[in-house]
Amino acid sequence: MSEAAANTAPIVKPKISRDDWIMRGAMILIALYLLICIAFPLYALLSKSFENAQGEFIGLKNYITYLTTPALSWSIGNSFKVTLMATVIVMFVAFIYAYALTRSCMPFKSLFKGIALVPILMPSLLPAIALVFFFGNQGIIKEWLFGAELYGPIGIVMGEVFYVFPHVMTIMLISMSLSDARLYEASEVLGASKIKTFFTVTLPSMRYGLVSAFFVAFTLIITDFGVPKVVGGQYNVLATDVYKQVVGRHDFQMGAVVSMALLIPAVFAFIADRIVQRKQVALLSARAVPFQPKPSKAFDRIMLAFCSLIGFIILSILAMAAFASVVKFWPYNLSLTTKHYNFKLMDGGGWDSYYNSIELATWTAIFGTAIVFFGAYLVEKSRGFQQGRTAMQALCMVPMAVPGLVLGLAYVFFFNSPDNPLNFLYHTMPILVICTITHFYTVAHLSAVTALKQMDPEFEAVSQSLKAPFYKTFWRVTVPVCTPAVLDISMYLFVNAMTTVSAVVFLYSSDTSLASVAVLNMDDAGDQSPAAAMGMMIVCTAAGVRLLHMILTRGIQSRTQAWRKR
Amino acid sequence: MASETAEPYLKIVGVTKKFGEFTALKDISLEVFEKEFVCFLGPSGCGKTTLLRAIAGLDIQTSGQVFQKGRDISDLPPSSRDFGIVFQSYALFPNLTVEKNVAYGLENQKVPQDRIKTRVAELLELVGLPDQGRKYPAQLSGGQQQRVALARALATEPGLLLLDEPLSALDAKVRARLRHEIKELQNQIGVTTIMVTHDQEEALTMADRIVVMNNGVIEQVGSPIDIYSHPASPFVADFIGTTNFIDAKLQTPTSAQIGNFEVSLSASPPDLSAGQDVTLCIRPEDVLTGSRVDGAPNQIELGIHHVEFLGSFHRLHTDPVSGDTSLMIDVSVARAREIDISVGSRIQVALPAEHMNVYPARG
Amino acid sequence: MNAGFSKFIKSATFGIAALGLFAAAPAKAVELTVYTAVEADELAGFKKAFESDNPGITINWIRDSTGIVTSKLMAEKDNPQADVVWGLAATSLMLLGNEGYFQGYAPKGLDKIDKKFYDTVNKAPQWVGQRAWIASVCYNTIEAKKANLPIPTDWTDLTKPVYKGHVIMPNPNSSGTGFLDVSSWMQMMGEDEAWKYMDALHENISRYTHSGSAPCKLAARGETAIGVSFAYRGAKSKSEGAPLEVIAPSPGVGWDLESFAIVHNTKKLDAAKKLADWSISETAMKMYNESYAVVSMVGKSKPVENFPAGIEGKMIQNDFAWAAKNRIRILDEWRKRYDSKSDPK
Repeated sequence: MSEAAANTAPIVKPKISRDDWIMRGAMILIALYLLICIAFPLYALLSKSFENAQGEFIGLKNYITYLTTPALSWSIGNSFKVTLMATVIVMFVAFIYAYALTRSCMPFKSLFKGIALVPILMPSLLPAIALVFFFGNQGIIKEWLFGAELYGPIGIVMGEVFYVFPHVMTIMLISMSLSDARLYEASEVLGASKIKTFFTVTLPSMRYGLVSAFFVAFTLIITDFGVPKVVGGQYNVLATDVYKQVVGRHDFQMGAVVSMALLIPAVFAFIADRIVQRKQVALLSARAVPFQPKPSKAFDRIMLAFCSLIGFIILSILAMAAFASVVKFWPYNLSLTTKHYNFKLMDGGGWDSYYNSIELATWTAIFGTAIVFFGAYLVEKSRGFQQGRTAMQALCMVPMAVPGLVLGLAYVFFFNSPDNPLNFLYHTMPILVICTITHFYTVAHLSAVTALKQMDPEFEAVSQSLKAPFYKTFWRVTVPVCTPAVLDISMYLFVNAMTTVSAVVFLYSSDTSLASVAVLNMDDAGDQSPAAAMGMMIVCTAAGVRLLHMILTRGIQSRTQAWRKR
Repeated sequence: MASETAEPYLKIVGVTKKFGEFTALKDISLEVFEKEFVCFLGPSGCGKTTLLRAIAGLDIQTSGQVFQKGRDISDLPPSSRDFGIVFQSYALFPNLTVEKNVAYGLENQKVPQDRIKTRVAELLELVGLPDQGRKYPAQLSGGQQQRVALARALATEPGLLLLDEPLSALDAKVRARLRHEIKELQNQIGVTTIMVTHDQEEALTMADRIVVMNNGVIEQVGSPIDIYSHPASPFVADFIGTTNFIDAKLQTPTSAQIGNFEVSLSASPPDLSAGQDVTLCIRPEDVLTGSRVDGAPNQIELGIHHVEFLGSFHRLHTDPVSGDTSLMIDVSVARAREIDISVGSRIQVALPAEHMNVYPARG
Repeated sequence: MNAGFSKFIKSATFGIAALGLFAAAPAKAVELTVYTAVEADELAGFKKAFESDNPGITINWIRDSTGIVTSKLMAEKDNPQADVVWGLAATSLMLLGNEGYFQGYAPKGLDKIDKKFYDTVNKAPQWVGQRAWIASVCYNTIEAKKANLPIPTDWTDLTKPVYKGHVIMPNPNSSGTGFLDVSSWMQMMGEDEAWKYMDALHENISRYTHSGSAPCKLAARGETAIGVSFAYRGAKSKSEGAPLEVIAPSPGVGWDLESFAIVHNTKKLDAAKKLADWSISETAMKMYNESYAVVSMVGKSKPVENFPAGIEGKMIQNDFAWAAKNRIRILDEWRKRYDSKSDPK
């Protein structure tokens, strides 16, 4: 038994089974899908930014023009300013809100949790429209701004804080509920004061959560287009600039340049967030004991007051949006009417656009869930083919770093090129479906991976030993066991497909106009009440789907209680 | 029981498995005979599970060959091999009933429905769960789940049964009972079985042959009694049961110097020469005490400095014979009544030559 | 093949088929793909009237705002998807025409169309106007009264300090209406004077909107007192009950034409020509005139309710070629001067 013999023995090349071939084939197909739907369009966008209107390569000239045109380059500073301001405010508010939910004994916690998620159901244009009715020149409480004007940084910051609040709050909530009660006991036993405990235990234990929340908020805000579109006034930011360059000035090359300016900070924030997330996972100890708050009258009351205030603000913005959609002729005739829901007479495609949105959301949910879940399954559970799986995993992460507007514009360049054999997709529902699936791919992929990781890794080995083809076990075991996750993913995709504006604003055609885009266009044309009405249709639909999801999940859970542990 | 002249059922030739720079299996060769129950035993990380997975085709070896019934299966995927497997985690499909779990493999073989039904009933009867077929795995205890996993693995009548630490997740009592049951079952149906375990008791009670592994190589292959009484290396001696290591110097092939007195040996390995440092191993229960010392060779008197009561026997820790490691002596409760084993007293013991194994001195 | 796999295959095929279905065009009579910026509520009527006059041809409207339709056309430059562009600003059509987007065609009855309302540069006109779309000022009487704002009658009135913060106009970089305002001021005042005028006006502007109709709608809602917009929008809002006056300021107002053009690579040329012919027919002109006061057929324009009186006489001599040629230069200059927050307002 010599070492040398082992080294010179011929390497065994495993035979690849039919299953492996099918899995690899499927994985390559999905990887190809991602390449076509994200990598190639981004490349088309990048190369466009180095071209002039005639399509000739001109190097960095567009970038130089961009940076030396103050009207354009100022937007970079503006974007960062409002983004940072809104990020800091929302972090602060969300922190206290989440702190109240995890560390106090105030009543109605689950109600407050629910209220905090309300903004997710709205396209970001809707809260901005509500802000106009509150603080605009005819706003009911415009005096509260002390003469300052809504349109501009103030409006943007207010709208963005509302828009990203649920996302930030959720991250903080998770991060806080992860902290270990034993540390608090230790701190208490050592006689540390509450404040000292806060700074030595609470904050350090959630530092990764805080950093992650910061980057998520930053990316969402800097890439959001709805809020600055409605209440930005003359305050230009990168997201509205992309739109203006393309839609207003038909300057696609400059649109591509501004897109790159928007893409870069988003990519950086994304990478930073991934690094931090990885660290947080490593930090988690399986033995941590969840913290149980103890009642404290004064503290609980302060927290209840704070959450009530925030909850009230969130609900009143929703209520104002609802009111805006039924008021007859703001501000001169405040009687109520449903005429704004008669979209037939309005820009934006009328009721068709609502049905198109439902169609888009449905297809996105169905195909998106199928592709994402099956793709995640292949990445997680296939055998061998390590490089392929790593590449695929990396590819799945890319969409998260790409702002919707950038993706949409990239699609225009890529899919409308006459040389592209996929050109026939342009201006069709499928391209909207593809774009939306791609836009929200990463988050869906990550939740699928999480669900799959919780499954016994030996299921596949057992089914191979029993000579069952992988797709049989996938269909009979993996999918049923992961049904709750599958439902979560499809709901996530559905709601986002309903509310998204940025990714599809360059891609819809009049046959495929969408409700969220109709909100934008109606507001753009000054029809704010119909815009609010369409927005409310989206909110109601999204809320209805959420409700349906809840009922379905409950139903499945009770029906499968026999085999689902807890 | 296997006859040594027969063609081996499973033949492993020069199997090496590397994970990047790390070599998990080094040039392993092994033969397993039809109807044999073989245990791969070793500490965690020794390569036993890697070897099992190579046999199953789940993690195919880097080099080397595996033959099953004379067929070269070295490069085949698991689905092209003939085996059933049971994992520590049971890996039962949680959303399928016990019956459906057991029937899973049969369905893939296109067995007719009524035949599946009878076969499932038969198997559940066999593993002692005749009336649990309609339940879901989560409604069963751990032991019951593992029986279902066993039934599922056996359903397709594989030629080889692979068990990967099947009992490790169970509590002690259930484990002992299931040990016995699995062994019985294996005897009954005569399927060639390989079990991976890190539990020496499991290996000793269940296996026809034990393969002791360490650091990716096979340390010893043999029957339980053989391995226990004639460990091939200090590692095996130490890993299986408890043993005393005594530093000594070989005088002649049949005698050695321990500290300042000489002991006789029954034999020593031929590759050791006189004057070489060696390690002598003797099990605590093989050290003679009380009346059995009378007239025995290799007597020493030692002071007792610590006594552990372990139920059916006492374990005495005495002054070192040589070096600084104390000697362990097991004294049955019955014998303890005839001698004084209180701490501080002195005791006359004998080290019988036939129970002392001689190895080259440990590094 | 077992049940699980065939189910899997079935759903996969269904998916691919469904994706394919979307893309497949329904096969029926000649269908014209027509890009337009005409208001949504009018399109159904035009479609019905044309199709009943021309059986066998159907119209598939692709409708959006002027800016978006133009950029869509521009984006598809290398591979045009439209057969006809219809009811889009003449300035936009000229811009696209310079790229060789259209083919010339003299529709039947061109002789009855006012010469200033179609392309007379090319022998076979590349574009033909349908109706004029005229700049106007929307003046909210209630808000004006609250803030003591007199009614403006001349463009220069708007630069008076009293209006500071009460005027909203469309951003010419994104709105066709905004551009026609700027271009008309330049043609009336001369370029240098016009810039001076806009410098002064800028002091009073509270906001530039993306859309051309928004200023009037904002004025209708009292979000601002004065909105620079176009007559049709103002008249419509007023008819809906908004407290508005629609004013055509002196000395003149800018205008553009809703016009049509046939795309150069259309495969349905005959049908496209039929639409072109129909579009300057008397039937069509009557329909145009229901909401727009000035149509391109000589002598057919009748006053429309709530339009500023005598607006046709206020329309300036519009040099479309000059406007199209200088568009980007003017817009760049405009952006440099007014479109950044560095300028304190």
